[in-house]
Amino acid sequence: MKVRVKFSKYGPVKFIGHLDIMHYFQKAVRRAGIDVAYSEGFSPHQIMSFASPLSVGHTSDGEYFDMEVNSFTDEADMLQRLNQVMVEGIDVLQVRFLDKGEGNAMASVSGASYLVAFSDKFILPSNWKDAFLSFYQQSHIPVVKKTKKGQREIDLKESIYQLEVRGDKVYMLVDAGSGSNIKPEFVMETFFERTGTVLPEYPFRIHRVETYKRAENGRLVPLIV
Amino acid sequence: MRKLALSDEILMKVEKPARYIGGEVNAVMKKKEQVQIRFAMCFPDVYEIGMSHLGIQILYDMFNQFEDAWCERVYSPWVDLDAVMREEKIPLFALESQDPIKDFDFLGITIQYEMCYTNILQVLDLSQIPLHSKERGENDPIVIGGGPCTYNPEPICDFFDMFYIGEGETRYRELLDLYKDCKAQGLGRKEFLKRAAKIPGIYVPSLYDVTYHLDGTINKRIPLEDGIPETVTKELAVDVTGTYYPRRPVVPFIKVTQDRVVLEIQRGCIRGCRFCQAGQLYRPVRERDVEMLKNCAMDMLKNTGHEEISLSSLSSSDYSRLPELLDFLIENCGRDKVNISLPSLRIDAFSLDVMNKVQDVKKSSLTFAPEAGSQRLRNVINKGLTEEVILDGARLAFAGGWSRVKLYFMLGLPTETKEDIEGIGDLCNKIAAVFYETVPKEKRTGRVQIVASTSFFVPKPFTPFQWAAQCTKEEFLDKAYFTRAGIGSQLNQKSIKYNWHEADLSVLEGVFARGDRRLNQVILKAYEMGCMYDAWSEYYKNDLWLSAFDRCGVDPDFYSARERKEDEIFPWDFLDCGVTKEFLLREWHKAKEEAVTPNCRMQCNNCGAARYRTGVCVEKGETNAAALR
Repeated sequence: MKVRVKFSKYGPVKFIGHLDIMHYFQKAVRRAGIDVAYSEGFSPHQIMSFASPLSVGHTSDGEYFDMEVNSFTDEADMLQRLNQVMVEGIDVLQVRFLDKGEGNAMASVSGASYLVAFSDKFILPSNWKDAFLSFYQQSHIPVVKKTKKGQREIDLKESIYQLEVRGDKVYMLVDAGSGSNIKPEFVMETFFERTGTVLPEYPFRIHRVETYKRAENGRLVPLIV
Repeated sequence: MRKLALSDEILMKVEKPARYIGGEVNAVMKKKEQVQIRFAMCFPDVYEIGMSHLGIQILYDMFNQFEDAWCERVYSPWVDLDAVMREEKIPLFALESQDPIKDFDFLGITIQYEMCYTNILQVLDLSQIPLHSKERGENDPIVIGGGPCTYNPEPICDFFDMFYIGEGETRYRELLDLYKDCKAQGLGRKEFLKRAAKIPGIYVPSLYDVTYHLDGTINKRIPLEDGIPETVTKELAVDVTGTYYPRRPVVPFIKVTQDRVVLEIQRGCIRGCRFCQAGQLYRPVRERDVEMLKNCAMDMLKNTGHEEISLSSLSSSDYSRLPELLDFLIENCGRDKVNISLPSLRIDAFSLDVMNKVQDVKKSSLTFAPEAGSQRLRNVINKGLTEEVILDGARLAFAGGWSRVKLYFMLGLPTETKEDIEGIGDLCNKIAAVFYETVPKEKRTGRVQIVASTSFFVPKPFTPFQWAAQCTKEEFLDKAYFTRAGIGSQLNQKSIKYNWHEADLSVLEGVFARGDRRLNQVILKAYEMGCMYDAWSEYYKNDLWLSAFDRCGVDPDFYSARERKEDEIFPWDFLDCGVTKEFLLREWHKAKEEAVTPNCRMQCNNCGAARYRTGVCVEKGETNAAALR
């Protein structure tokens, strides 16, 4: 049986990397006394699959992982048991038992939304909001994306599904599929580079709002609908 | 939400920011307004090393059970953050509250190895606490040292207000009460130190003076205050069962060296190996009750979620209830896929059977610690492991499917000859031969792998070898090359890999181990010149150290390369670690005669530790009573 868990990450724990968050949950699941399933073989490990990795320094309200369990009581009980063993900065938001046909968390991810705020040390150009919107309103935004295999030219516009200025922050919904993932800081850096703005160190405070999969009708929906 | 001491900008640019944020599972948070004593517990090395230390976990748990105290952790910032903190003048902070250490009542530093001495200065310096005890004022924390190196605290005594000699479980409550009293009465730091010096186990170095003979050896040690003891006696937890043990150890976010539940099954060792300081310092051996251990193990696994539990002791095979404990763990851990790791087990039919049950044979390797290559030298060091036992163990293991063996030796032991060193290669070769005899060709998957490692012997205080001369760097390296040549000349040399440690570090460790007060200035000088993280070979700067000795006019050879006279007064002689100097001297004589001493369970050898009236000394009731007289 598969269970999908949604959690948030905020405060000092934003400095814990993705691998360490995985280890954290492996231990948390044991502390919570959840009847998690293990793989066979000499070094059995919990059968778990995490959705899109979150960069160190980013916060989130939309993190997910799936785990295989041998038995369960109900969603509310599991949610409560997990929350009893969390540290400050990580809250379990939702637990959902998955239907048999549901793809695993990592493979399902198609998009992610972010709110980007700015460091108070970053003195923004006064017209940045308008400039940002005109940047986004171009029909094509050709960029060179660096990948593990080298670099290739892509149209950034195709990977940004939505972009808005919300108050002093930028909201964006971008492609987060494996291989086509766009990092929000890449969008930000591309914009500021084109406006000739010099960035201070650690200029952006990035918060992931939600992680999405594609529904059968092609629309983006959260990993737990 | 806790506010961090470091800005996001800094945390984003240093390696592993998780080292500095605290907030881990089971980290203890209290309200600072509700406690009277803030205690910062420090391991002066990087987080991953410090977090792996059991002693701090025990004391952290103990202090935080005290309602009037809050104990927090602090470690050495890694070199990248160190540079930022100096540049931006950020005071070193505790992980839990993120408050500056300089605002604490106590800074407790555990001193586990000599090569961390410059890191102690780093911690004080970054904390903005004056490095010298005598320069500290009423608002500075009381800096207290503990741990094995405090059995000769003299080389670093200027930097500490006091040392706690012995096991921490016994006297801290009394010390904290005294501190509160002194504070309530408005008595100053000096008066507190004077009064603390009268608590058993507490050594206040500034209250003693030392005079020297013309040849540089110690003449006399003079207490400067009335009513403080001439000799400070080690504190010892008489009952290791009815005492503190952390049921909820802190679980780090990042991978640390000891990433598992650690179950200390006993303290001390019955063996009496003559090179081993721990074997003398923690006498007498005291076993924890097996029911307590079962209970602790289950609680700790439940509260941490760790996937592994490790038994800890100097010689686990000597724990009398080991079979029962292991049966219990195997039964209860298997279900939850918890690994059991078993260091310091003697290799025999029993242990191989257990290892078979708990480990993947294909991946694990067996470890033997013969320590010396020949039986003659093993008798000198009183290592009761014979070639026959090693080869029998290896035979059983190879028949059981193991094909990797690790062997640990020491070079530069007292009385060592070329023949003894040749014995290392011979022994490795014989083990390889046993493999080829035992395992038929069709069952072999490649060669047997034997890894021999040598460390360089460092004579330590309170061991029978405290009188011995240590080899020089050149002698050490000659011995390593000779070992390598010896292994290279063996028939099965292709199956044997050889590693040796660095010689510079071992020599410096030897100087500090048996050094005196005159080394304080050298350590300070080396630190000022840029030495730090000396235990990390990539940061160890031997040239700077040599130059520091030179500039201070201190000859390191005086401390390491000299055999000491039997009547010499040692810098640590004012401490009483439980075993007597007479016993150690008897053992030094027996070593030179190549005579072995039976272990504590076979026979009481009247070492002096029986005065604590606990552990192995009282196991046999009346039998060991002779030792009490």
